[in-house]
Amino acid sequence: MYDATPETLLIASLVIPLIGALLIPLFHRHPNLRETVTLITAGLLASVVWSLYGPVMAGARPELVGPEIVPGLSIALKVEPLGMIYGLVASTLWIVNSIYSIGYMRGNNEPRQTSFYVCFAVAIASAIGIAFSANLITLFLAYEILTLSTYPLVTHKATDEARKSGRTYLMLLIGTSMVLLLPAIIITAAVAGTTDFTPGGILDGKLTPVLLSGLLALFVFGIGKAAVMPVHFWLPAAMVAPTPVSALLHAVAVVKAGVFTVVKVVVYIFGIDTLRQSGATDWFLWVASFTIIVASLIALRQDNLKKRLAYSTVSQLSYVVLGAAILTPLSLVGAAMHIAAHACAKITLFFAAGSIYTAAHKTEISELDGIGHKMPWTMSAFTIGALAMIGLPPTAGFLGKWFMLQGAAGSAQWLPIVVIVISTILNALYFLPIVHRAFFRGTATTSVDAGAVAAASVGAASVRDGEHHHHDDHGEAPFPIVLALCTTALMTLALFFFPEVPMNLANAMIQR
Amino acid sequence: MSGLQEHLPILQILVPLFGAILTAFTRRGITAWAIAAIASGIAPFISAGLLIRVLETGQPISYVMGSWAAPWGIEYRVDVLNAYVLLIISLIGLISIPYARKSVATEIDSHKQPWFYTMYLLCLAGLLGIVITGDAFNAFVFLEISSLATYTLIALGRNRRALLSAYQYLIMGTIGATFYIIGVGLLYVVTGTLNFADLATKLGPAMATHNKPILAAMAFMTVGISLKLALFPLHVWLPNAYAYAPSFATAFLAGTATKAAIYLLARIYFSVFAVVVPLKELPVSEVIIALSLAAMFLASITAIFEQNAKRMLAYSSVAQIGYITLGLALANKMGVAGGLVHMFNHAIMKTALFFALGAMAYRTGLGQMSSLAGIGRKMPITTAAFVVAGLGLIGVPGTAGFISKWYLAIGAINHGWTWLVFMIVLSSLLAVIYIGRFVEIAYFREPAPEIANAHEPPASMLAPLVILAAATIYLGFDTRLTGGTAQSIANYLLGGAP
Repeated sequence: MYDATPETLLIASLVIPLIGALLIPLFHRHPNLRETVTLITAGLLASVVWSLYGPVMAGARPELVGPEIVPGLSIALKVEPLGMIYGLVASTLWIVNSIYSIGYMRGNNEPRQTSFYVCFAVAIASAIGIAFSANLITLFLAYEILTLSTYPLVTHKATDEARKSGRTYLMLLIGTSMVLLLPAIIITAAVAGTTDFTPGGILDGKLTPVLLSGLLALFVFGIGKAAVMPVHFWLPAAMVAPTPVSALLHAVAVVKAGVFTVVKVVVYIFGIDTLRQSGATDWFLWVASFTIIVASLIALRQDNLKKRLAYSTVSQLSYVVLGAAILTPLSLVGAAMHIAAHACAKITLFFAAGSIYTAAHKTEISELDGIGHKMPWTMSAFTIGALAMIGLPPTAGFLGKWFMLQGAAGSAQWLPIVVIVISTILNALYFLPIVHRAFFRGTATTSVDAGAVAAASVGAASVRDGEHHHHDDHGEAPFPIVLALCTTALMTLALFFFPEVPMNLANAMIQR
Repeated sequence: MSGLQEHLPILQILVPLFGAILTAFTRRGITAWAIAAIASGIAPFISAGLLIRVLETGQPISYVMGSWAAPWGIEYRVDVLNAYVLLIISLIGLISIPYARKSVATEIDSHKQPWFYTMYLLCLAGLLGIVITGDAFNAFVFLEISSLATYTLIALGRNRRALLSAYQYLIMGTIGATFYIIGVGLLYVVTGTLNFADLATKLGPAMATHNKPILAAMAFMTVGISLKLALFPLHVWLPNAYAYAPSFATAFLAGTATKAAIYLLARIYFSVFAVVVPLKELPVSEVIIALSLAAMFLASITAIFEQNAKRMLAYSSVAQIGYITLGLALANKMGVAGGLVHMFNHAIMKTALFFALGAMAYRTGLGQMSSLAGIGRKMPITTAAFVVAGLGLIGVPGTAGFISKWYLAIGAINHGWTWLVFMIVLSSLLAVIYIGRFVEIAYFREPAPEIANAHEPPASMLAPLVILAAATIYLGFDTRLTGGTAQSIANYLLGGAP
């Protein structure tokens, strides 16, 4: 591998998770071997993607062109800096998430674990495909496979609720991508004659400002995975999935695929200069701002922890969209940084939510009084994640916001600044009370009532797993879970002190 | 060898026709099947040979019957268009025949099985004949041969309603054929010829003096063929016919019968009428586009509410035929290529879907959607193949259906009608609903006791299904055969036009 060419690494990054997906079912009857396959696959993938970082920073843009499927358009891969950030985030966190999954899936006696790991590997392969796609057609292919491979994960529980959520998930994601994104791609191909991601864009001077604005709208709302309101409903619905799915896919791989695609389209299809000169993109800022504020307001009202995290994700995703909508190089650096920062922080928060569910069978925030004393590791990690959501140093969340603010101030756009300030306050309002509850509310008096409520609400689960986890008498979650969430919490901190990798890549992205 | 190659056009028909005669003399199903298998096995090689030759030389192959020179004698004229359609039909025949053995053995009484294969071979010969002939009247003869065979195939369905469906189709089909032959008669009166190529040259001068009969002929032929190809709203015979025919017959017909009729429509428009009639001044294209859109939406919506799985797919066929006619009606290179690509892709995908339902019927005897609850756990490969082909129908990227839709959408934009792009994708969304509904029933419901003993079908049924499902994906990436050929055909048909 050390003397492999970047092109070999590129193809390996797609093939490895797919081979993993083929191997996993062979060990259906040997869970330990099966999980070893997942871990080895994840480790190999991350090392392959990381070994692309050097060549890319040295200026290489490894490229592979596959078959031409429609006239003039081929399936093709190409590594560029932004895709590198997303690829690194997805592949690195997959390792941590796999460790976590082992603890969670076994700790909760989840059924059909083999198909769970298979779908997961396919989802990661498609995430890498999105990251390294060289044109819109390839991206669209991987984008749809990602939706389809995560559908069985969302409906994993096979309950009526899971089926209903699965419908919302599929119809919204497939619906928006087919009805809006696909026409946008087709129109782009017809107008520009290509769909290659090209620095500076491919639409300069080809459309009137109004049409340009309309095409951008097709993209922004067609990329449902970016969860810009009003096409965000699939994300809270997806929370019915097992927590590792929510953590890696619906806080990192799937949603980041969305905002990544938005940024990529803005930078490499439209070109920020073309968009800025058209002057027809004010609505883009407003849509992102609206989503940031309103999703935060909704998050405030959620008592279910995973739902609150989901709406927080909706809000945070639009930071990235906002970074793209500000249309300055600095704000784009902020958007790229936020992709990495939010990934580490949000996966930590979901890990913590799943840890609480596994150890204490609690899903509602109102039940969490004093839980910090029983689960100190989990709740400390949660606190770090929460600080990152608010955007406080020394967490990675600070960096993205900082660059976005600079970009907005530098180009005298006041709306984004106001929005970022208000949303920071809102983020604090819905995250800090959880931390306060966990550490500073006594358990002695309140937990009896809360416990009664909890016993009623998670009754079914308690009966099933009651033997080894009584809800009031618990400690930390299984070791793999704690290990995973501490790792990602440390990553959230480390990214603040050592932001070189995403910073270098983000800077490489904005340099022509 | 060259002597045999010269006779390929007639062998294309003679092989299945001769097979039909032989099977009529057999007593046992297995013998009849073996003969049918040999005939079906040879046919695609002939088609492929013809297609390769016309693609290489760029010249149509002309074969005159009994050495009577055209236009007096009957001419078989193979160009890229019909060589391509011949390949579609004969390939579906080839892939279907292994499947036929077990499926037919359970659904058809043993003494009727030889007749069933006779009818199948007659149908195959008829469909290939419609496509290969260069003679308008000869096309009518083959149209009748294939139709009569089809009525019989449908009537052999186990459900008594198969008889009524066959009768319904007989009435509608006869009206269609009659309309077609009235049109042919009018053209003959005006020009004195029945040869398509000859018609194209003689209609030009005749237009000046006899323009009304020619337009009437065009109207009669259009309506007549539209009945056979089930263009909305002339599709009412199709859902019942497909639903009650034996599983194998449905799968074979869904892939081939309507395709031959669509070919005939394309032939008379692009090779005959477009040359002489100022089509741009008549709203022909607009009318067919409107009907195609109606098919894409109304038939898909009907499919969503259909309870019988085969009928659901039958309505889906009506909708998918709408895509093909839409592309042809756009009458520009990308549109026509899109229609032709979808002809191939739809044949592959729909045959796969009906194979899957046939396999489920083989193991359970059931066909209602709700009775197949939980089938995904009992027949995982069959159901997975259904899902893959269903994704193709939806047009998910990475499947054949995506390629079709891309061509059609670019064709719509080149026509100046960008709104059509949105119609195409919106109707795809309806396919998500009806395929998704089956997926939910197959995977999320607990298996009913009736299907408790169901398991994968025998390899002879499973293999063709899996091959077609794999082809659905393969043709989403390697489009040289479909897209490449379709583009050469569109260039050939439209000449210098954009």
